[in-house]
This record gives sequence, C-alpha cells and structure tokens, in this order.
Amino acid sequence: MNIKRALRVWQRNATVYKKLYRSSLALNFFEPMLYLIAFGYGLGGFVKDIKGMSYLEFIAPGIVMSSAMFAASYECTYGTYVRMVYQKTFDAIMATPVRFNELVLGELLWGSTKSLIYGSIILIVISLFGLVKSNLVLFILPFILACGLIFASLSLIATAIVPGIESFNYFYTLFLTPLFLFSGLFFPLEGLSSIVLIVAEINPLYHLVKISRAFSYGDISLISLKDFSVIFLYLLILPPLPFILLRRKYLL
Amino acid sequence: MTVVKGKNLTKYYRNFKALDSVSFEIGEGECFGFLGPNGAGKTTLMGIIYGFIEFFNGDLILFGESVNRKNFPRIKFKIGVVPQDNNLDPDLNVLENLIVYGRYFDIDPKEAKERALKLIEFVKLDNWLNRNVRHLSGGMQRKLTFARGLINDPELLILDEPTTGLDPRSRRQIWERIENLKHSGKTLILTTHYMEEAEKLCDRIAIMDRGKILVIDTPHNLSNNFGGNLEKVYLSLTEG
Ligand SMILES: Nc1ncnc2c1ncn2[C@@H]1O[C@H](COP(=O)(O)OP(=O)(O)O)[C@@H](O)[C@H]1O
Ligand SMILES: [Mg+2]
Repeated sequence: MNIKRALRVWQRNATVYKKLYRSSLALNFFEPMLYLIAFGYGLGGFVKDIKGMSYLEFIAPGIVMSSAMFAASYECTYGTYVRMVYQKTFDAIMATPVRFNELVLGELLWGSTKSLIYGSIILIVISLFGLVKSNLVLFILPFILACGLIFASLSLIATAIVPGIESFNYFYTLFLTPLFLFSGLFFPLEGLSSIVLIVAEINPLYHLVKISRAFSYGDISLISLKDFSVIFLYLLILPPLPFILLRRKYLL
Repeated sequence: MTVVKGKNLTKYYRNFKALDSVSFEIGEGECFGFLGPNGAGKTTLMGIIYGFIEFFNGDLILFGESVNRKNFPRIKFKIGVVPQDNNLDPDLNVLENLIVYGRYFDIDPKEAKERALKLIEFVKLDNWLNRNVRHLSGGMQRKLTFARGLINDPELLILDEPTTGLDPRSRRQIWERIENLKHSGKTLILTTHYMEEAEKLCDRIAIMDRGKILVIDTPHNLSNNFGGNLEKVYLSLTEG
C-alpha cells in the first residue's frame, strides 16, 4: 500500500469539498447548533446542574463528538456510495496507478478529516461561548480524529453491505441514532437500568463523549483507563474491515 | 518488442463465461483493433488489460512483464485509458477533471495544467474550461474522456469505442490524433463498431464473438481471404 496514492484520493475529495464547503459547512453546522440551543437553552432551564456543570456545559463537549460522528458517517455512507456506484469515480481511479486498497484508505482518511473539520469548529464555537473550562480541551482533538476513524470505518462497512442507497436509512435509524441518544450525551446513564449501562460500554460514542467532557471540564476523575482502552480496541479492530468488505463488493 | 500479450485469458462473471481463452500479441507501435457484436467481451478484455478487472484466468504480459498485483501500479504509469463509459468526475469542471486525474499519475500540478490546457484545446473545449462536466453534451464528454486518457503521455493507449457518439468532424479530429500517436511510436488498442474506423486506423484486427477471438489478421488479408469488404467479413463471421 502506497500512502502517497491514498492521499491523492483524499486530495480529490478535498478539491471537491473546497468548491462546495460554504453551503455544506453552513448546513452541517446548523444541526449541532440546533441541538445546543434547543437542549442547552431550552431544556437546560428545567435541569439542575449535573456533576457541578450547567446543562449547557454538560452537553456541549458531547455535541463536539456527535458532530464528528455524523460528519464521517454521512461522508462514508452516502458520499462514498455515490462515488462508487453512481458517479463511477472509483472506476475512473482504478484505471490509474492507484490500487483499490489505496482508494479505500483515501476514503477512510477523508471521512476522518471531515470529522476533524466539523468537530473542531464546534469545539471553537463552544469555547467562544465560554462553555470550555480547561486548557486540557486540546487533548480532545486526537479523540475527534479517533471518532472519525471509527465511524468512517463503520460507515464504509455499511456501504459495503447495503444492497442499495435507500438501505442507509436502516443504518441511521437502527444503529447511529440509538448510539447517539444513548451515549450519555444528553443525560447521565448511571441512574438507568444496568442493561443500558452494559450496552453503553460497547458504544464508542459513550466513551468519546466522556473523554470529551472530562477534558473540556478539566476533571480527569470523570474518565478511566477503560474509556481509552475501548476506543483503542475499536481503532485496532474496525479500520481493516472496510478494506476486506468493499473489495468483495466492488472488485470484478 | 511485444507490448501486450494475452495468453488464454478467461473471465467469468459468476457462472457466465464472458471471455473464453483469448490469446493475442500486440507489437510496439501497432494499432490493434477488436471488433465484435455487443456482448462479445471487448470491454471485459480491455478491463483486464488496464487492470480494472482483478480476477481472471490466463496470463497478461505488458511491456515484457507478467503482471501481478505488485508490478501493475508501476506499469500503469505507461498506460492511458479511454473507457467505454466516460466516468468523468461530475463534481469537477473540465479543467479540474484532467488535473485531478493527472495527480493520480504523480504529474506535478504545473505540468499537469499545461498538458491539460493543450489537450482541452485540441478537443476544442477551451471555452468550457470552468464549466461543470455535467453541462457538456454526450459528444463533448466523450472528447474530454479522450483527452483525459492522454494526460500521462502513455506508451500504450487503450481506446474502448473512442468515437461512439461523436459528430463526423470530431470523429475525424480524433482519428487524426490517433494517427499522430501511431506515428510517434505509441501502441494502440481500439475497439469500435465502425468498420471505416477499423479499416483506416488498425494495422491488425481481431474479430470477436461470444468471448472468443475468431480471427486475427490485417484488414487487407481479411478482405482477401474471406472475400468482400471488412463489413462483409464481420457479418459472415459473427452471429452476435
Ligand atoms: N460487471 C458485469 N457483471 C456481469 N456480467 C457482465 C459484466 N460486465 C459484462 N458482463 C457480460 O459479459 C459479456 C461481455 O460484455 P462486454 O465485455 O461489455 O462486451 P462488449 O464490450 O464486447 O460489448 C456480456 O454478456 C455482458 O452482459
Ligand atoms: Mg464494450
């Protein structure tokens, strides 16, 4: 595998994005802001402090992670699928020295880059609103990237499996939305039934939200080694899978 | 020197045999044509030669090297492709389409832009440089795809129905360019449904049907041996 050629694929997507970013940035930015305003200000008025944080301070670092998650997911489901099946971008690239694995790596890295872009922007915004309490906040950045890699991988796996583009509905409704709602982003899961907690332990977003919150608030006692271990484990297991599965779907 | 050699090339799509033990040799500087009805296996064969199709049986030897996963990327720097489906990048404009494609061949951006501008001028799309390729007519897209295939200045050019959908003047321009490429020593592989095109450009022709090569010879010999012009030969040999 030649990294330089994978970066060419990344660069192709970046070139396209540079042309369209104004409209897509605004659109992707709108949704997380809506959550912050609706839940933070709206619901926040009815919620007492959680672990010493105002409700807005409690959810803001989580929104950073969830926007990173959705950014990579949109890119590597609909985006990749259209490039592979409808636009024949993959076919065109396969006539050049770029190999299929390099093409997949380029898509994976691009999806992760989208996470980094959107996660960082939300992070900057919440800092400007004074919702970040600690300099440790900078440690969130590598975890935004980790979030990108994990969900780009999961999304590429979905892309390899779906029979058609409509089937992504299932991926979002039955998989990503539950992960999002039960990630501990909007409410602490600790008080809920133990089943919820057990399921949360295998939800990568749950750990990423915890990490993000701890660094943003500057309280390391909120996280443990387990949170890092789970993320590390997912980073080890997930990224190789799209290479195998997409190859099976695409190559003749 | 033999530039392309296929030995017993066979391709199955699931249980369907699209190519059936096809063998041929193409020499340096030669223009080699593949004729045959729709579904004969021409595009499949092209796909094997330019590395789009990974799984097949038989041997493919390019520039004297038996290709495998390891050496194919390096060999591909010398190959230009005009695929049957244009597959231009609809997210990019005319100029960007060639420059971005050139990047996959590690052509430096300045050089790529120079080459792209020349090629775009040649196919007479210079007034469309900054237009999205979706706005181009079918024939214009075809010409741009032809230009894209030349961006890496290939030694071997694979043309899968290069002039399908072109108006007569554009077709003649492409023919002229193909002849120029031949004169400068490039090797060309061409598939076409136009007998006139095959007769005019090809040094040798293979006639295919149902995944098999029926005959390989010069256009002249084909006419002599089978009687009548190339179209008659084609119609008498193929069943489609
Ligand atoms: N991706 C594919 N999957 C299944 N069958 C295919 C595929 N591509 C081509 N075929 C079949 O293989 C045969 C040869 O097709 P093709 O190589 O495109 O022929 P030609 O270019 O000579 O018209 C046809 O019967 C076609 O239906
Ligand atoms: Mg064809």
